[in-house]
Amino acid sequence: MKGLIRSFLTTGSTFLRKPVTREYPETHRELPERDRAFPLLLWDQDVHEPFCTGCHACERACPVECMTVMMKDNPAHTSQGGTSSRRKIIDKFWIDYGRCMRCNICVEVCNFDAIGMNNTWSGHESSTADRLDLVMDLQQLLSQSRAGAVKPWIAP
Amino acid sequence: MTSVLLQPEHEFETQDIFVNMGPQHPSTHGVFRMVLAVDGEVVRDVLPYIGYLHRGAEKLCETMDYRQGIGFMDRTEYLAAFNAELSYVMAVEKLAGIEVPERAQWIRMILCELNRLSSHFMFLGAFGVDVGVLGTSFTYAFREREVIFDLFEEICGDRMMYSYFRVGGLAWEVTDNFVARVHQVLASARQGIEDLDGLLTANEIFQARTKGIGHISAADAIDWGMSGPSLRATGVSLDIRRDEPYLFYPEVKFDVITGTNGDVYDRYICRLQEMYQSIRIIEQCLQRLQPGPIVPERMSRLLRTPPGEVYLRTEAPRGEYGVYMVSNGGNRPWRCKVRSACLSNLQALRDMTVGHYVSDAVLVLGSIDIVLSEVDR
Repeated sequence: MKGLIRSFLTTGSTFLRKPVTREYPETHRELPERDRAFPLLLWDQDVHEPFCTGCHACERACPVECMTVMMKDNPAHTSQGGTSSRRKIIDKFWIDYGRCMRCNICVEVCNFDAIGMNNTWSGHESSTADRLDLVMDLQQLLSQSRAGAVKPWIAP
Repeated sequence: MTSVLLQPEHEFETQDIFVNMGPQHPSTHGVFRMVLAVDGEVVRDVLPYIGYLHRGAEKLCETMDYRQGIGFMDRTEYLAAFNAELSYVMAVEKLAGIEVPERAQWIRMILCELNRLSSHFMFLGAFGVDVGVLGTSFTYAFREREVIFDLFEEICGDRMMYSYFRVGGLAWEVTDNFVARVHQVLASARQGIEDLDGLLTANEIFQARTKGIGHISAADAIDWGMSGPSLRATGVSLDIRRDEPYLFYPEVKFDVITGTNGDVYDRYICRLQEMYQSIRIIEQCLQRLQPGPIVPERMSRLLRTPPGEVYLRTEAPRGEYGVYMVSNGGNRPWRCKVRSACLSNLQALRDMTVGHYVSDAVLVLGSIDIVLSEVDR
């Protein structure tokens, strides 16, 4: 009987505490800066082009082979009359979010800080009805950074 | 005059019936199937079927280099991923002869012990549900577990699949307010353990359900190769942290908790008491934590290990988590084998279950705290 009363006292004492739950779809928890969702490509706001040069480093390092990268000559390079210092630039880029296991290795191997893990809720709420919709192309990968909506944390 | 019904002409012949449990069953803690041969309410035989979650993680590790394998080790034991990562990276470090900086080792110790706390919280919550406390213990345990996961998320960005340890050290530095945050988490965890202790341990119904159930002797437990809290509950004082020390465990003080009877109740008590010891270890680690480098100064970008083989084991929350690795001199392991504690602990399931009621079979399975992804890998 004593043990039962102790159990009831424990449950009783928790009634007085503040609830820790949230009404999830309506309210969102604030995410820490280092939060890791899926990888995104970053946009160089100074010269208005992606940081990515298409060097294939992330593609080679990816454990689950979820990336496909193609590069091209940069039409905006200074030799072509443009303002960019990048001789090569990304042409096509796909990341299959269905395969990605968010291990952060692509961010670590990137020499240009051109890829980062999405640290906003948009990266976590990415469910689709068709798994082919999870294959992101270059425009989709760049759009959030281009609009200034995400500032991924990249380990120094 | 006697009734005809009381004196049958011949005895009834009874036949055991087979009850299928799983693979989709809430109390099997994953996709585990067991077929129980049942005589009335009493279990006569258990036929476990494993392999539903087999992903070939060991074989996958052989196709990729040492850094890429870390992510797959996370997924072998997802409730204590730091401990699984630790075994893997330490095996590679031993193979390659890499010295890990002191600060990285202390942080590894803190994170592994915190992960032990979160894993044991998961056990306490799920075990309470198995016993029949409905959701109360589960919500209490998850409340505290989420606090620990919040800390993990602040440090390494993910709540369960961390991929934070690297060969040679850590992937990046912890947050500036790390020490203060760990103290906060420990205070909350201690409160959580006391809540669960108060809710379950002394409760007469809980004791009636758990005491004397699923007994296994120390000799049998050793024969089956059990390890971790399940083995210590039988009275065998074996803890790799103490007996075959790694990291800085010799420099911290902690007790190895042992039980006496080896029943379900003892396994529960062992885990509960172990959590206090984990808190004790973390507090000592925080005092010893000094600023410094977290990766060795000289590390090649593409790690190649000399040919050789290595077996390294650590004390994960469920027991001995070992990694056996053979290298032929390349940048990837030639063979990577995971010795999982859950698989060995699960072998003793039949010995522990036979002779008890069907409802107790659920308890026994819950008390050895299996993670099916570690069993099947």
